Amino acid sequence: MQQVIRICHKELKDYFISPIAYIVISIFLLVTGWFFFTTFFYYNQADLRNFFNLLPITFSFLIPAVTMRLFSEELNVGSYEMLLTLPVTFKDILLGKFLAGVLFVAAALVPTFAYPIFIAFMGQLEWGPVAGGYLGALLLGASFVAVGLFASSLTRNQIIAFIVAMAICFTLTLIDKMLFFFPGPLLGVIGYLGADFHFQNIAKGIIDSRDIVYFSSVIFVGLYGTHLVMQETS
Amino acid sequence: MIHIENLSKYYKDFCAVDQISFDIKKGEILGLLGPNGAGKTTTLRMLTGYFMPTSGTIRVKDYLLDENLLEIKKLMGYLPESAPLYHNMLVYDYLDYVAGLRGLDKNKKISRIRQLVDLCGLDEIMHRSISELSKGLNQRVGLAHAMMDDPEILILDEPTSGLDPNQIAEIRKIIRQIGEEKTVILSTHILSEVEATCDRVVIIDKGKIVANDRMENLKQSAGQTHFIHLDILKANFQEVRDRLREIEGVVGIEKINEKPNGPLSVQVACKSASDLRETVYQEIKQTNWVLIEFHQETKTLETIFRELTEEN
Repeated sequence: MQQVIRICHKELKDYFISPIAYIVISIFLLVTGWFFFTTFFYYNQADLRNFFNLLPITFSFLIPAVTMRLFSEELNVGSYEMLLTLPVTFKDILLGKFLAGVLFVAAALVPTFAYPIFIAFMGQLEWGPVAGGYLGALLLGASFVAVGLFASSLTRNQIIAFIVAMAICFTLTLIDKMLFFFPGPLLGVIGYLGADFHFQNIAKGIIDSRDIVYFSSVIFVGLYGTHLVMQETS
Repeated sequence: MIHIENLSKYYKDFCAVDQISFDIKKGEILGLLGPNGAGKTTTLRMLTGYFMPTSGTIRVKDYLLDENLLEIKKLMGYLPESAPLYHNMLVYDYLDYVAGLRGLDKNKKISRIRQLVDLCGLDEIMHRSISELSKGLNQRVGLAHAMMDDPEILILDEPTSGLDPNQIAEIRKIIRQIGEEKTVILSTHILSEVEATCDRVVIIDKGKIVANDRMENLKQSAGQTHFIHLDILKANFQEVRDRLREIEGVVGIEKINEKPNGPLSVQVACKSASDLRETVYQEIKQTNWVLIEFHQETKTLETIFRELTEEN
């Protein structure tokens, strides 16, 4: 476990020492802030629903940008060989990097606490959906980080890793809005695959075990896929 | 210390390492020698647990590689070829990170990093980013990485490749210094490196071991024969052979080359200890052959290496 923390710490330090973290977080805040507040006053409702509606799409872009380097860079430089021959297991490396990604997502979400606080001054804000929304955002972020790690393990090229991760995250976000493309009997299954659908459930403040199971499965499949791919490379 | 048995590695259908077995004793500096693509790096990668062998066993001390990989990793320090370090870190941060992963506690960390800085000559670059370092400095940081935990076994993959002669001499000095107490395995395709640093040498070619012996033995077996090279005009091989075969100490006579109207090149193999140049010269003087080239060469490690790795 200590090794996991050390690896996670190193990855986080890499993000925050280099400009990556600041660029990604500023863009995230700009995009979500702009789209949220341009329509906020029209609706005249004290809630964060529009903010959370947008999150899956923004995350589909931003999280792949954060995770693309995690394995690709190591494979490309060759430092993965030095890391893996230190007394660490692959599980330590995988969990460390995953945790670093999740903490990064959390760090990006923290400044947005300003929105609910600001809204609470202006009207009656219901805190339940806000708490649910943030929990959902973290789960959604963690799932996308797992997907991003998987994409990053596939290739040495960070750009390919980014595009693959974005494509998967995008599909997961939008698939339940494209149901008319699929034949009737599949609708239930495909609808269940939609990340946005599960996220919106939690964001309403309803914490249902089905949604938790969904996100846990995406995380598990992503991490296990990464494990298999990296096993294959050695 | 290390026992390798019937180790093989296939990449799909390509066989990179084919059924190799050898032992390494404690306190030995072993040179793994071979031409490019012989399977040196693959062997070392399997030894460090980076690659899984297709078949065969590796035993380090009492640990089996596929069962106690973590314990084995703790015993080993490994420097991959060309030392691929994290580019975006500072040298100190990198060493600190490695020390952490090696499980050194805070006080030990600092004192060990100090020691390594002295040993590898890093004191002026501690605050520099790894991406700015020259190849030689990068290699030295890599060496510090490998030696962080004072490991019992040090595995170095082409530690001097791409360095200038001064840096090579320095790295060799460091390796010999470490080799006094530790077990060192180093791979290289540079022969003088093996001659300068290793106790024992394993020569690999096309994934197979073609020689495995102590340096002195190899040299001795090599030194057993001198060769005298002769280029003679106005002679035919038959005559030359008949005449020179009579000399005591001549083991074999071989025709290298004969051109019409040109010289006849002959190689005379002689037993060691005896210098036959004078006798051969006297013999030739009695004939009317014209001697245009006459020199002796001793088989060195290089010739052995070429013989062992070229024929197939």
